[in-house]
Amino acid sequence: MARGQQKNCRRRFRRLSPDSLVNILAADPVCRKSNQKAGSWKRLIAMTDAVHTASVSEAASAGSAEPWWRSFVRNAFPFVVVGAIWEIVARSGMFPRKLFPPLGDITETFWRLTAAGILPHHAAETIMRLAAGFALAAIVGVLIGIMMGRSRRAEDYTLPLVAILAPIPGIAYAPLFLLWFGLGNISAILLVAFVSSFPIIFNTWTGVKAVKEIWLRSAQAMGANDQRLFRHVILPGALPYILTGLRLGLAQAWRVLVGVEMLAAVSWGLGWLIFGAREFLNTDVMLSGVIVIGIIGLALEKLVFQKLEDYTLVRWGMMR
Amino acid sequence: MTLTADRIRSWRRAATSIIGVLVLYEIVARSGYFPAVLLPPLSKVAATLYTSLIDGTMLQHAAATLYRVLFGMVLAIAVAVPLGVLMARFKPVENFCLPLASALMPIPSLAWVPVFILWFGLGNTVAILIVFYASTFPILLNTWSGVRSVNPLWLRAAGAMGADGQSLFWKVMIPAASPFIITGIRQAFLRAWIAVIGAEFLAASDFGLGWVIFDSKEFLNADLMLASLAVIGFIGFVFERVVFGSVEKATVMRWGMVRAAKT
Repeated sequence: MARGQQKNCRRRFRRLSPDSLVNILAADPVCRKSNQKAGSWKRLIAMTDAVHTASVSEAASAGSAEPWWRSFVRNAFPFVVVGAIWEIVARSGMFPRKLFPPLGDITETFWRLTAAGILPHHAAETIMRLAAGFALAAIVGVLIGIMMGRSRRAEDYTLPLVAILAPIPGIAYAPLFLLWFGLGNISAILLVAFVSSFPIIFNTWTGVKAVKEIWLRSAQAMGANDQRLFRHVILPGALPYILTGLRLGLAQAWRVLVGVEMLAAVSWGLGWLIFGAREFLNTDVMLSGVIVIGIIGLALEKLVFQKLEDYTLVRWGMMR
Repeated sequence: MTLTADRIRSWRRAATSIIGVLVLYEIVARSGYFPAVLLPPLSKVAATLYTSLIDGTMLQHAAATLYRVLFGMVLAIAVAVPLGVLMARFKPVENFCLPLASALMPIPSLAWVPVFILWFGLGNTVAILIVFYASTFPILLNTWSGVRSVNPLWLRAAGAMGADGQSLFWKVMIPAASPFIITGIRQAFLRAWIAVIGAEFLAASDFGLGWVIFDSKEFLNADLMLASLAVIGFIGFVFERVVFGSVEKATVMRWGMVRAAKT
């Protein structure tokens, strides 16, 4: 078979979405033999689809039309019940008060630490680390992902490395990073960046590959050059996937950061606060730290990403 | 022919990049620029891996870790799947559990490790409970949305054909929700695998892959550390591909439910 023909075929199917890809390949005798390649893409994309189902559950919990106080009461009720049970167990004297403090103690500690500025300081340091690590991961991850999606060469060279490093849980790298980069901020930030870049790379790569072929063709037919094609078609087209990747990456970064702060002996940080408080049996301090971690985690999910998604996807009409 | 040429080139490039990175590592490791305890040459890592596999210590550690993961996950499945089904079927249960789940979900499991150590002491219990905590929520939420998204037409059709409540549940609802449940268990495993390593770092007992890594940091055994990283990656990979792949084949694909999972 002619070399030129083969090259042409490959160049064509690089840009196609997997479904149309299979159809075209089946119809085209030149490309028919490449079907297996397409099969492996489909599998990968099915994998990422499975990841998407996680966010389906969140979308399903959209509110209905009822007065705000009723939904507030309904949401607050379980917490009241759990709080009451906690209080009963704590006051019953079944466990030492030091280990299982009543809610009053926890709230008091929470306010005391907040008023003294200790809790905010810890939280600020943690968020700074998260932001630095995640920003690094977002930039590097999106760039690598786009390169992998656009260039077959980059894909062939990078994919095996990513596929080998990604399945190892991020926290397992922590001692290695500590050994190589020393205790403290640098290894924490680098680890967070390293770990959270994998979902970003995978999703960006899938997204660039999944841009609808008909959009590319019509843009080209309308005379778009490569640069415009990239900016106005590929980037918006891949955006839902990229955002999913960023979201998963941020969640991963958050989980790893809390763990690595316990190990890296940083001087401030929520993970360190919790871990350090254990030495002194300050369960109330630990639980206050856990509460702050929960609040930040919830805020990241609800405020940062939902806003971003609303702004970009809905505005560009990219929501599926 | 073109296909094979194409694939061969893909493979060649993959091999080139892996070998290239390994060679680069080896050169840096042997250059003496970094101390050998921190950056051991590959031959040493391989030798450590080999000896620890042969004398059975690595297998023992891996077994301890796997025991914790599987125990915790079985607990999580036993609690989360029924609860998820109840949440989807009964509104009051949903109203009660959903706010709690969404408040606890964003707290990383590792944040609980110090608290659990205080409550339950060092050892297996903490690791198992952390795994349980980490894997409950993905299973719970996926089961919930899976049961909710069962095609109502199927339920009605089965009802019209005279299925009673029990067979409706076992023959229609569970198979229909199974792609979601299995996705949930899959996600749960990924999380549990992270959580167990972290828990073993902090709540060190005396066995477990995480403990090996953490312990070898203290003694600057970077070779043992890299060896156990390889084992961790390998087990994770095997579970993800082989175990869950075959579970999916045996249930979801056999029931022909894969398309339903994509909606």
